[in-house]
Amino acid sequence: MSDAVIELAGLTKSYNVGTPVETEVLHGIDLSLAQGEFAALIGPSGSGKSTLLNIIGLLERPTGGRLSIGGRDTAALSEAEITALRGRSIGFVFQFHHLLPAFSALENVMMPAIIARGAPDDEAEATALQLLDAVGLKAHAHKKPAELSGGQQQRVAIARALALRPRLILADEPTGNLDTHTADDIFALLREFNRQTDCACLIVTHDPRLAARCDRTVRLVDGRLAADC
Amino acid sequence: MQTLLILAGTTGGVAVIVFLTQLITQLQAQIVDRVLGTQPHVVIRPLEEANRRAFDDPASTAVIEPRAQRLRSVDQWENVARLAAAMPGVTAVSPTVTGPAFAVRGQANKSVALMGIDAERYRRIVRMEEYMVAGRFAVDGTCAVIGSELAKDLGIRLEDKLRVALPNGRDELLQVGGIFDIGNKDLNRRWVFVTLPLAQSLLDLPGGVSNLDLTVADIFDAQAIAERLQGATGLTVDSWMQTNAQLLAALRNQTVSNNLIRSFVILIVALGIASVLVVSVVQKQKEIGILRAMGASRAMILQVFLIQGALVGAVGSIFGSLLAFGLLNMFSAIYRNADGSPLFAAELEPRFIVLAALVATGVGLASALIPARRAAKMDPVQAIRS
Repeated sequence: MSDAVIELAGLTKSYNVGTPVETEVLHGIDLSLAQGEFAALIGPSGSGKSTLLNIIGLLERPTGGRLSIGGRDTAALSEAEITALRGRSIGFVFQFHHLLPAFSALENVMMPAIIARGAPDDEAEATALQLLDAVGLKAHAHKKPAELSGGQQQRVAIARALALRPRLILADEPTGNLDTHTADDIFALLREFNRQTDCACLIVTHDPRLAARCDRTVRLVDGRLAADC
Repeated sequence: MQTLLILAGTTGGVAVIVFLTQLITQLQAQIVDRVLGTQPHVVIRPLEEANRRAFDDPASTAVIEPRAQRLRSVDQWENVARLAAAMPGVTAVSPTVTGPAFAVRGQANKSVALMGIDAERYRRIVRMEEYMVAGRFAVDGTCAVIGSELAKDLGIRLEDKLRVALPNGRDELLQVGGIFDIGNKDLNRRWVFVTLPLAQSLLDLPGGVSNLDLTVADIFDAQAIAERLQGATGLTVDSWMQTNAQLLAALRNQTVSNNLIRSFVILIVALGIASVLVVSVVQKQKEIGILRAMGASRAMILQVFLIQGALVGAVGSIFGSLLAFGLLNMFSAIYRNADGSPLFAAELEPRFIVLAALVATGVGLASALIPARRAAKMDPVQAIRS
């Protein structure tokens, strides 16, 4: 598939490599995600969902197998190149919003652009305002995260994930600590951006109701793909 | 909050260093100035007379008695004076004839040092005009200048007469044209200035001088100049640094202890900054992880903490300099000389502030190094999870 945003082949991950307590948590995962695809990653806890997401998000390196992001094999990339690739092409939404408490919502959304370009500029601010508008928080742009509700914080986090128009959004239980109504909102927001920007989304969720609304559901059990439909 | 605390610590540290440095520099300069205010920087004297054995026979058991040192003239002193004046770093040369005498008035007599000088030239060695309490510093004919203690002891006022008698039987009636107070009772009691020719004839040294006094541009070059002159003339040449070896040792020891204090203060401030940053790295783990997930490189995280350390140092040095300035003002108002004038000036040399700022910023940077590296090395996943 030429337009695959991520491609995993025989990917394995072990912890404590080389020690007597070496444990393999992912046992050869083959998975690819096409541009614009909106997939749910489900599975019982401890099945390796978060580890897989971290590896795809280039926060961790796989022990074996191949991982390509946007057609580039990541195995040969240096630490600095990995960091740059992560910043440019991947947006994260965490379960706990993980906004920087010292900065306003607007500054948080500008942060990826500031990191990528080294300094805040008008373009970053304009984009950030536009994104905050899109998530319905333009009026709260100058509030600190602590002054926002859980749903609002998560919206800011989504806006931040989209700041650099990444080709891939990775969400680790983005609605995990929200009530169902707010969770639906957040989910709808992700879906909307997915359609608008044609970015691929991979969402870890425990909520079968939400998973059912994705294009595709990848099920992970004990570090293996159990179902992909 | 921690940043405030460590900023306060840095401020205190810088203030102590700047204050101490400024204070000690000023006090040392004053002490040196005061000591050298009454003595020449370099003195050229004739070689001491020594007995030489005609035959140096090791088997001889002869006992050599050391010779009594007569008052003698510096050989060809005009040539030596010209040579000294031409030496780089020497700013003034003054020939002096000095020898023991008694000042006699009525039934009282006091032992004094007769100083034959050329007033114009001597002024450039010791700034006598600044010490005059009566009359002028000028000698002429039998007109003399004496110290305030001698004047008091012999009940002499300006224009009064005074007889000097010498061990060789010569004597002369002098008229007091000036009275000085040099700030040293012993010298105020002993120095009697007369003209060079008068002293020469009284001391039986016609045309000769007993020593040449020199002033040099940089007082700490005195020893080097003295050694060069000794090499060139073969005479005895002493610098103030030799004659005041104790003072010099005291100044050096003070500088050493000052450096020691400064080093420890710097060390403590550095440890303070480092420990606060270590704690802050641990506290900010999550934020570091988030920034890394958003594409911030290790180098960027490293920079953030290094800059924080440098900023603490830089801002601390600004506040510290201000505090030091305040302290200097306060202490200069409290500590005063016997005459009520401030012991030291409440001023801060800009170079100390610049130096303190540079050192503090450097120390801040250096102490941030270990915490910053820790932050940069942090695994983003671990950081976010914690």
